[in-house]
Amino acid sequence: MNRAIADALAAAPERGVQEDVMVLNMGPSHPAMHGTVRMVLTLDGETVIKCDPEIGYLHRGFEKQCENATWSQVFPYTDRLNYCSPLLNNFGYALAVEKMLGIKATDRCNYIRTILGEMARLADHFTSLGAGALELGAMSAFLYAVEARDHIWDLVEEVTGARLTVSFARIGGLKEDLPDNFAERWEATEPRLWDVIKKLDQLSTKNRIFMDRMMNTGVIGADEAVSLGFTGPVLRSTGVAYDIRKDSPYFAYDRVDFEVPVGTNGDNFDRYLVRLEEMKQSISIIRQCLKGLPGGPLNVDDPHIMLPPKELVYNSIEGMINHFKLIFEGIQVPAGEVYSYTEAANGELGFYIVSNGTGKPYKLRVRPPCFYFMGGIDRMIEGGMLSDIIPTFDTINMIGGEVDR
Amino acid sequence: MFSPIDFAILLLKIGVITLGFALPIGGLLTLYGDRKLSALIQNRVGPNRAKVFGIQSSLLSLPQFVADGIKMLFKEDAMPDNADRFWHFIAPALALLPAITLWAVIPFGDLYCTGTVQVKDYMDVCVGGEQKNYFSIANLDAGLLYVFAISSISVYGAALAGWSTNSKFALIGGLRSTAQMISYEVTMGLSLAGTMLIYGTLNLNEMAQQQGALLGGWLPAWGIVYQPVAFFLFFIAMMAETKRAPFDVPEGESEIVAGYFTEFSALKFGAIQLSEYVGTIFVGALVATIFFGGWQVPFLYGDGFHFGSGGVDIAVPYEGVVALRLVAFIAKTLFFVLLQFMLRWTLPRFRYDQIMNLGWKILLPISIANLVITAIIVLAF
Amino acid sequence: MSRAALDSLVAAFPQHILETTDRLGDEVAIVAPAGLLEIANWLRNSPELAFNMLSDVTAVDYLARNPRFEVVYQLYSVSKKHRLRLRVPVGAESPSLSSVTSVWLSANWAEREVWDMYGIRFEGHPDLRRVLMYEEFEGHPLRKDYPMQQSQPRMDLRRKERDAVEEYKTLYVDKLAQARKAEP
Repeated sequence: MNRAIADALAAAPERGVQEDVMVLNMGPSHPAMHGTVRMVLTLDGETVIKCDPEIGYLHRGFEKQCENATWSQVFPYTDRLNYCSPLLNNFGYALAVEKMLGIKATDRCNYIRTILGEMARLADHFTSLGAGALELGAMSAFLYAVEARDHIWDLVEEVTGARLTVSFARIGGLKEDLPDNFAERWEATEPRLWDVIKKLDQLSTKNRIFMDRMMNTGVIGADEAVSLGFTGPVLRSTGVAYDIRKDSPYFAYDRVDFEVPVGTNGDNFDRYLVRLEEMKQSISIIRQCLKGLPGGPLNVDDPHIMLPPKELVYNSIEGMINHFKLIFEGIQVPAGEVYSYTEAANGELGFYIVSNGTGKPYKLRVRPPCFYFMGGIDRMIEGGMLSDIIPTFDTINMIGGEVDR
Repeated sequence: MFSPIDFAILLLKIGVITLGFALPIGGLLTLYGDRKLSALIQNRVGPNRAKVFGIQSSLLSLPQFVADGIKMLFKEDAMPDNADRFWHFIAPALALLPAITLWAVIPFGDLYCTGTVQVKDYMDVCVGGEQKNYFSIANLDAGLLYVFAISSISVYGAALAGWSTNSKFALIGGLRSTAQMISYEVTMGLSLAGTMLIYGTLNLNEMAQQQGALLGGWLPAWGIVYQPVAFFLFFIAMMAETKRAPFDVPEGESEIVAGYFTEFSALKFGAIQLSEYVGTIFVGALVATIFFGGWQVPFLYGDGFHFGSGGVDIAVPYEGVVALRLVAFIAKTLFFVLLQFMLRWTLPRFRYDQIMNLGWKILLPISIANLVITAIIVLAF
Repeated sequence: MSRAALDSLVAAFPQHILETTDRLGDEVAIVAPAGLLEIANWLRNSPELAFNMLSDVTAVDYLARNPRFEVVYQLYSVSKKHRLRLRVPVGAESPSLSSVTSVWLSANWAEREVWDMYGIRFEGHPDLRRVLMYEEFEGHPLRKDYPMQQSQPRMDLRRKERDAVEEYKTLYVDKLAQARKAEP
């Protein structure tokens, strides 16, 4: 539909429209461009005729850097990919290397990974919805959302030791187990999260102004979205029910009961509603996992992969040599290639890894979900108005660290 | 005719009302409200670090805003290379001056009676003395017309600010603000036309006086009782005129950085911000005057409280009445300022074409209908 | 499930498939460059396979091997829920492949990134320019012979941006005028 309007505008040279167009640079430093993206817009009044996004302002050479690090040293780099939900990136990468090694993590590890992953997803969705409300002008909704995110981060800090740059996963397991009082702390935090979700719902979902801004803006059709490589909440808002947690379950997702919200129109409002509903489902998943959390060992018991406990490292020569070899040479992953995919907060986060048998990756490719959104965003924006870019950009939740790596 | 004492009193009134009320309340207190009140709504603390020499407590953060003003005086005044220097300099003044000049007609209290006051027909009658205008700068018979005229000039400030900066974002902001302001001026005028019919005067003070009547002996005949629809229309139109959220597209914030005042810094920025805040308070004052009785305290007249149609029930000395009326006016103004803040911090902002749609296709027909119905009712009764 | 997809692919194009493997649960087909576009079209349009999403395009630089590069396509079918990987070996001297942008729209930016990082051109790509790096960048960073620490020459300040109005006129207005002239 927007394509038709853009074409119609392009097809009016008799009207002298090319004399009236203005090139506007929504540049990298702009309040609404999350994580620095530059969009060169050609405007006719307030209508966008052509949009050319330019990314790469946050490119830090993730893939090149990882070729120089051992398999375990990659974890801090994965934190900084989608920095709103770092735990999901960690676990995605750990899953990829475990698939390459041919090992499966323990049950307890899978449940804990599910719990922490869903908490990271909650944090990401709070950020996205809050920032969306902020940029539309409802600043209070933003501050409520980041307050809720702060509660989640407090809990994450108690488990992992850091709020954002967690590096919690290890190949074959996790850094350490959950603290003993985790269940009580979750019981205390959960009502606050529900409170904020309800407030966000009240402030936005039935708000006439909000609905006017978000409905029928940034529309994308289902077929086009699939062809553009969209995944995650953006694809689900167009009506395609593609969720990796249901289609190829991993961790503990096949043992919990949850629904996947699917929209109809593919506009901004549907994406907002899909994210809001996913938050409620995430809380339900965490509750079920906590109830069914199995005991048993946390990490895989393989000295070629996991570091030995510190008592053995300091007190026995075998432990010391084991530790030494794992740290200096890295885990010796057999040669080959693998593509492993998980459902991150924005969509299909894929890791394509090539190993040549040594302790360092030969090639580590991250398939960032937001990169493809940026590739397809011009179809969602062209033909619309300048003010519609803002909610569109928000609801696709483009994270600079993920797009640019 | 115009004695030196009168001149001195005029200067004093101008000084007190603009420099003593409009600018400080407008600038500092509204800024206070904007940051501390929004902090309250948003469940955070707000600025509380600025302290006066040595006094440890933060004094409710009031020094913070004095500090803000002082900081703004001393900042570097950066101007873009290709900006039009003269208009870049003048535009903030053009935005601020109308906002301050509008305060000339707002009545903070009734005309002061130097003789004795008797109450007749719900109005104060001055016996044995003359009525002096101590509580508004100018008691114009065309007060409301003056308001419309001066607020039309404030369009220039925003438009020139946007154009003279020579930046595309500012230009978009300036154009948006121009279109928005001139669109909502129509609704603004038409919605008040109904009140003009009912009160039969354009003098704001007389409008406030007439709202002292009691309908049926108990209901204060405030403007909102006669013209509720006009109140909503006028409130929305004035919020759009002063470019307050949710109508703050000209200053975009997330879309066009800061809209028409992107490239202004230091005191020029301060002047434009101040004009917005002074405008906000003015809206509160005007709405209070026309629709909520202005300085009227319900049941209070020149010599005391009159409950029912009999005589004085509670006698209050005339100075007390004057003081109570002043307090009432300020309270009502601040209430409406508070209301505008709550709206700003809760609602997202409109898209530009939705604003135009609202102004022309929805509010204008309603205001015309309001006028016609009011005219019919006034004729019939 | 995807084993069937791989088998039908080999059956349909035996001359272009160099090798297939099924390690670790991933079905992979190594495809000769000449047959890429044809195979891509067939994979998307075939009703039993229906690979309608191109998840990812990337390249690997096997420096010590000839052919040096290998472009990897990850395909997914949303309706049938199966995956396939295509690997296309590309030689080192002026590496180029045909672009699959006409088959899947996501290839547009993905191939731009492969060009940016590895220097592999894609014939038929509508807008092949760098996506992560800036235009004046020299070299292709993810190649194995590009060192970890390399400084780039200083750029002069760009005085004029890419003139989007000019591009708009050439891309849209002139083309439409030509199309109208061509109509009978």
